[in-house]
Amino acid sequence: MKSSQPKKEKTREILNSFTSEESSLIPMLQACQKHFGYLPRVVMEEISSYLDMPLSNVYGVTTFYAQFRLEPLGDHLVKVCHGTACHVRGADKINELLENELGIKSGETTPDGTFTLERVACLGCCSLAPVIMVDETAHGNLDRDKVKAVVEKYRGDDK
Amino acid sequence: MNTKVLIGYASCGIAAGAGEVDRALRSRIAKRSLDIEITKVGCVGMCHNEPIIEIHDPNGVYVYGDVEVSDVDEIVESHLVEGVPVEEKLISSPEESYDYFDVQEKIVLRNSGVIDPEDIGDYIDSGGYEALKKVLTEMSPQEVIDEIKNSNLRGRGGAGFPTGLKWQFAANAPGDEKYIICNADEGDPGAFMDRSILEGDPHAVLEGMIIGAYAIGASDSYIYCRAEYPLALKRLDIGIEQAKEKGFLGENILGTDFSFDIHIKEGAGAFVCGEETALMHSIEGERGMPRPRPPFPAQKGLFGKPTNINNVETWANIPWIIRNGAEEYASIGTERSGGTKVFALAGKIKRGGLVEVPIGTPLREIIYNVGGGIDEDLEFKAVQLGGPSGGCLPAEYLDTPVDYETLTEAGAIMGSGGMIVMDECDCMVNVARYFLDFTQKESCGKCTFCRVGTKRMLEILDKFTHGSGTLEDIESIKNLASNIKAYSLCGLGQTAPNPVLTTLRYFEHEYYDHLQEQTCSAGVCRELITFTITDACVGCTRCASECPTEAITGERGEQHVIDQEYCIKCGACHDVCPVNAVEVD
Repeated sequence: MKSSQPKKEKTREILNSFTSEESSLIPMLQACQKHFGYLPRVVMEEISSYLDMPLSNVYGVTTFYAQFRLEPLGDHLVKVCHGTACHVRGADKINELLENELGIKSGETTPDGTFTLERVACLGCCSLAPVIMVDETAHGNLDRDKVKAVVEKYRGDDK
Repeated sequence: MNTKVLIGYASCGIAAGAGEVDRALRSRIAKRSLDIEITKVGCVGMCHNEPIIEIHDPNGVYVYGDVEVSDVDEIVESHLVEGVPVEEKLISSPEESYDYFDVQEKIVLRNSGVIDPEDIGDYIDSGGYEALKKVLTEMSPQEVIDEIKNSNLRGRGGAGFPTGLKWQFAANAPGDEKYIICNADEGDPGAFMDRSILEGDPHAVLEGMIIGAYAIGASDSYIYCRAEYPLALKRLDIGIEQAKEKGFLGENILGTDFSFDIHIKEGAGAFVCGEETALMHSIEGERGMPRPRPPFPAQKGLFGKPTNINNVETWANIPWIIRNGAEEYASIGTERSGGTKVFALAGKIKRGGLVEVPIGTPLREIIYNVGGGIDEDLEFKAVQLGGPSGGCLPAEYLDTPVDYETLTEAGAIMGSGGMIVMDECDCMVNVARYFLDFTQKESCGKCTFCRVGTKRMLEILDKFTHGSGTLEDIESIKNLASNIKAYSLCGLGQTAPNPVLTTLRYFEHEYYDHLQEQTCSAGVCRELITFTITDACVGCTRCASECPTEAITGERGEQHVIDQEYCIKCGACHDVCPVNAVEVD
């Protein structure tokens, strides 16, 4: 197993810019996730000792909020919008198609680590429904062909 | 006047491709060495036409919609170089203005899509921070509160509590240290009003907050904004910096002894944090769970101090009210509720977007006059208002004025402003299930009836969509609904049954169709429908190649057949058929 020492040190470095108050907890988790892409146990342990707060408490807050993830992400994060407008315009079908195309279920990462597929509540681009967001780019007014083209585009990026 | 070009650069515009259009435009203009300024502006409201370019020349304002990169050269050459507008791409011109804005009245969105949201100078030039100067030099804090009371402004987050009264409570609360919070945790699926306001005119919100702080006696504040809104967060950051540089924010504002600061807190994705006490817990670093009231936040709020929370749209109204007067504001809207409301109009509508209308405008005007009616001219079935806390209203209610009381009586709510239009292809049982699925997942788990009750309700709705519901189930749902409403601490649980109750009230027959006839007339619930290929089939093989279970067979050029045993009813064949030969029954 790889040593967790470098992660520990990096976490310390990130935490040093925060005051050790309880109200710093969520911004700390956000900053760490921004750096590591997810929140490994060692990061939560460091936060727990920095704030002198039980690890269970840090874990409780982490798992309460949808933003935080405990597993690393693939190279590309595909978010399928399930807002009301997207729902009535076929978000479930888009989701199903992506699951078939990528060969994974929502919430999973492809074995080659290229894509992570995620369901999200609303991306706020309701007039372009149905919408998916790949990394930071939204793709709207989707149909089956467009979804496949988007996936191909990102697959191609990694070759 | 000099010719200038505006490009819509809010999230929806960017999603539609404004970034590429902007780059193409700049490069062409530079290539032709034209001395024309291009300004990136916020959302002008016409999301259905994004990307949008506006050209202001001596003849007036020309708006181009659905602009693609390939259109840019022609627009530059023809319009900007030769002065001949490109007719085919125009959606509005001085000769023929777009009727999208006819029934609209812009107060909150007055600057959105007009000014550069990243330049405080633009905001100041349009009268920005005049209201702040006025309150600091001419008005006492109590006079400001009275002005807001007289304006009849009510909370735009959904509940509609009178804003002036809320301020009065916080102002009257004893304590030297008080907080103000701007709730920008817009978590409703199908709502993007607050995002657009923050992206299009962040200073209106900041100015509103500074005025509120002066009235209440607060010295510190937080904007709690969704992390999913990166552009709004960026523009708020820029806005706060610029306001500090200009002396509108920080120590001794405009040379007075009033000091005030604004911090940004990024939400971490929990719908329940839209509730005031849950939001405050989240700022304090805890799980966002609500607590009983009283004590109300005005007495004991953030960090135990008196706190006043208003939503983004409410704050954005404040500077306008101070500048134009409470009377002017109250004259718009209804007797009990002044001003306008911003709605995010989407769903099966021709012209979706951000709409601002006087409170009391009938739904029909919003859906047909602004929204242009139902997409593909299908039959209107329902309009969903207020997201997971709201309800679905049928066609009989199209003439209902949108105001707090009327909508509540009808079983929906004004809510924060999501307005989703549904047509004959939408199944109301499925829609009710959709919202329950959302609230059940977002329940924080504190109250048993919300945590367990929504789960049980969802299971029953699942039975309906699978065609295995019973008559007793309808009674169980009604019982559960009244218990969840009665025994939940916060708005999430208290309103969670609304989507189910309104669909039961107005579309009960659809529930009975599902349980007695085993049919879903909208063709949505998979267990109750079958797909068949009619003789209109031209044998193009498209459906067969798309079918994920290889359930479709047939020779090229001949009618194809679906093997029902293998069909999973995903509808892929239906969606790709070029001649509409796949029928749903």
